[in-house]
Amino acid sequence: MPAEFRAGERVRVRAGDPAGHTRAPRYVRGQVGRIVECQGSWELADEVAAGVAAPRVEPVYTVAFAAGDLWGEGGHEVTVDLWESYIERAERAERAGEDGS
Amino acid sequence: MSGAHTSVPVAARVRRLEERLIGAGVVTQEQLDASLAAMLQGASPVNGARIAARAWSDEGFRQRLLADANAALPEVGLSMAGGIQEQRLKVVENTATTHHVLVCTLCSCYPVGLLGPSPSWYKSEAYRSRVVREPRAVLAEFGLELPDDTAITVWDSSAESRYMVLPRRPGGTAGWSEAELAALVTREGLIGTAAV
Repeated sequence: MPAEFRAGERVRVRAGDPAGHTRAPRYVRGQVGRIVECQGSWELADEVAAGVAAPRVEPVYTVAFAAGDLWGEGGHEVTVDLWESYIERAERAERAGEDGS
Repeated sequence: MSGAHTSVPVAARVRRLEERLIGAGVVTQEQLDASLAAMLQGASPVNGARIAARAWSDEGFRQRLLADANAALPEVGLSMAGGIQEQRLKVVENTATTHHVLVCTLCSCYPVGLLGPSPSWYKSEAYRSRVVREPRAVLAEFGLELPDDTAITVWDSSAESRYMVLPRRPGGTAGWSEAELAALVTREGLIGTAAV
């Protein structure tokens, strides 16, 4: 599966609260971050944990979040490792809004 | 089974799980023992310290390590293949203006083969919840006061990668041997909660 996102792109972590195991930490759900790199591809942990016979294999990305976006304060960055289906491309309008804020 | 558990309730829970798995015929006691022994054999922060000392001593190795740590590790006789499958390793380098620190907020992911079993505080809720939110304050509590203009990155290992910090080489160590340099490196330095 080729990687959908490239370094530098802005992505939003899908909001939502899966019933089973997931590796999308709650504190980044719904948040916008920046793709640092694609790490390679691995079986989706959610499906592995659910006992799916042939789990989907997806790219996993290092995604950097600004502390100010996550917590409303702080000058540091937090990077989180996220499977591709956890994230979607951040909308252009949203990006413009952020730039203007 | 190691007898080294610091938390008796957790050890008891682990043992009950082991007994259920053995009772269900999923694994045998011998397989469990062999698997644990293989994982922990040679697992020690001495490995991480050797990697750091080599990187400080050999600029080519440092560049290869930062570009593709898995490919560089065999140069020092190490690999990330000690577990069920080879894990990806990412080494992040501290500089005069940047500092890195590691955490696993979801559980306790950690490069066991390079750093040995993780310290109990690394698995504590306090560390896991606070270091992503206020790393500067947490590091200060570890005795590491960073300048205000040092950029901090917190690496939350939530998937299949493991991380290791390459600390800055201490001053006054020109001409030191790799063994002498390695002796300066601490486990906390490789996690990022100490300078070296």
